[in-house]
Amino acid sequence: MRIEASPRVAIVDYGLGNLFSVAHACAATGSTPVITSSEAEILNSDAVILPGVGAFGDAMQSLRGLDLIGPLRDAATSGKPLMGICLGLQLLMTESFEFGNHRGLNIIEGQVVRFQDPQEGDKILKVPHVGWNGIFRPPGARDGGGLIAGETDAWKNTPLECIHDGELMYFVHSFYVVPERDHVISSVSRYGDHEFCSSLMAESVFGSQFHPERSGPEGLKMYNSFRKLIIRRQNCMDM
Amino acid sequence: MIRIIPRLDIKGPNLVKGIHFEGLRVLGKPEFYAKHYYENGADELIFMDAVASLYGRNSLLGIIEKTSREIFIPLTVGGGLRSVGDIREVLRAGADKVAINTAAVKRPELIREASRAFGSSTIVLSIEAIKTAGGGYEAYTDYGREGTGLDALDWAIKGAELGAGEIMVTSIDREGTGKGLDLELIRAIAEALPIPVIASGGAGRVNDVAEAAKVGKADAVALASLLHYNAVTCYPYQHSDFSREGNIEFLRQPQSGFGKITAATLQEIKANLIDFGVACRMSRRGA
Repeated sequence: MRIEASPRVAIVDYGLGNLFSVAHACAATGSTPVITSSEAEILNSDAVILPGVGAFGDAMQSLRGLDLIGPLRDAATSGKPLMGICLGLQLLMTESFEFGNHRGLNIIEGQVVRFQDPQEGDKILKVPHVGWNGIFRPPGARDGGGLIAGETDAWKNTPLECIHDGELMYFVHSFYVVPERDHVISSVSRYGDHEFCSSLMAESVFGSQFHPERSGPEGLKMYNSFRKLIIRRQNCMDM
Repeated sequence: MIRIIPRLDIKGPNLVKGIHFEGLRVLGKPEFYAKHYYENGADELIFMDAVASLYGRNSLLGIIEKTSREIFIPLTVGGGLRSVGDIREVLRAGADKVAINTAAVKRPELIREASRAFGSSTIVLSIEAIKTAGGGYEAYTDYGREGTGLDALDWAIKGAELGAGEIMVTSIDREGTGKGLDLELIRAIAEALPIPVIASGGAGRVNDVAEAAKVGKADAVALASLLHYNAVTCYPYQHSDFSREGNIEFLRQPQSGFGKITAATLQEIKANLIDFGVACRMSRRGA
């Protein structure tokens, strides 16, 4: 059986963040969003989005209270497409140092750290980092401006497919992720003298520090690519 | 990278614009302007309910619900938000951030509670400032109608300490006049705060925006007249029915009465910023 063109995407509602812009972006690009905090809905969906704005510790406590930590980890290990956005990306990591030390979902090994006085020339930049900024393929996947000859494109088969290197996306954050293994980093961005991981991909798990649903037509392209990835995976499983 | 944010002040179902927030003219439906600005490279949008504080409620929910389905840039909503519950309601309608002023002046703890509940980056403290005889600035509420006795700079610093993620500073003296932004006010607050500052009030030419960035050190500029008086020339007013609504003379004859304002498009404003060496987001294409 081939899956219908509009996959069901569970948007995890744990009381934080703008779920509605995420849901609208899914709907605008042909997915069927379901805002939910139910384990059954997450299990029955074709993909999961973990959104979020706010404090890491509160978010983990809320996920624990809703008994969603197990289901989210299971979704990731089962190969179901999972996309974390902003705080949702940070929650995927092992631990965060936001107001103390908090355990994360540990789906991706690594830490969440705060910008330490990012500087541009002699000027200290403001934190949070708010606004539009470029996303670039990580240094290992680049050779000057282009791709290393013979390598497959780091953005192929990810939600970043169809995005130009250096495209501007919308960021709002004070913390960023530092994955233990460099090869999961799918894009980097610069804030002053800090180069940080702005998105990552490991197996079926993707996370972005920026908000594609608030990044105009280019951000919507990522939701469309995410939908295509979901369908591709379903079709592979059915063969 | 500086952000250029069209600011839509709304009364009932209409976008309005006045001078010093008085003598409001109807410019048309906000949905038209929101879409027009989104398609022309706006970095965010701000919606302010111009009469909410008078009636103590925000009536933008319907407009936000509709807009957030079609517009995929950050939306900030302000006007009449009194409590964590009010804020939750506009976020549920599709807003990404809220601007609070009156309620925060009355009870500063609201900033802390709201930033805990929704994250600092969701909370914008809006400060309306009027220059005092002594050369300082006093914070006002209700579109510059009510004095607070608070020094605008001290209040901005306190707001940041309480957890506001951004501060929007509006000069009531300059608002709607086209005389240029109050660079002294903006710079004093932008340099004192560790968080981003959105400058608002007074831009009348494209160069005013560049000056707010270069001299005023603003992290973002909110623009109304400068953009609206250009966009209104594209407004399909002959197909609209405003028979029951307010001061519509301006909309009937949109070519008159710009005063000191030389209206511009977002592209013109951004091209000028780049000429001045200020980084900003230029959209790849018109739409």
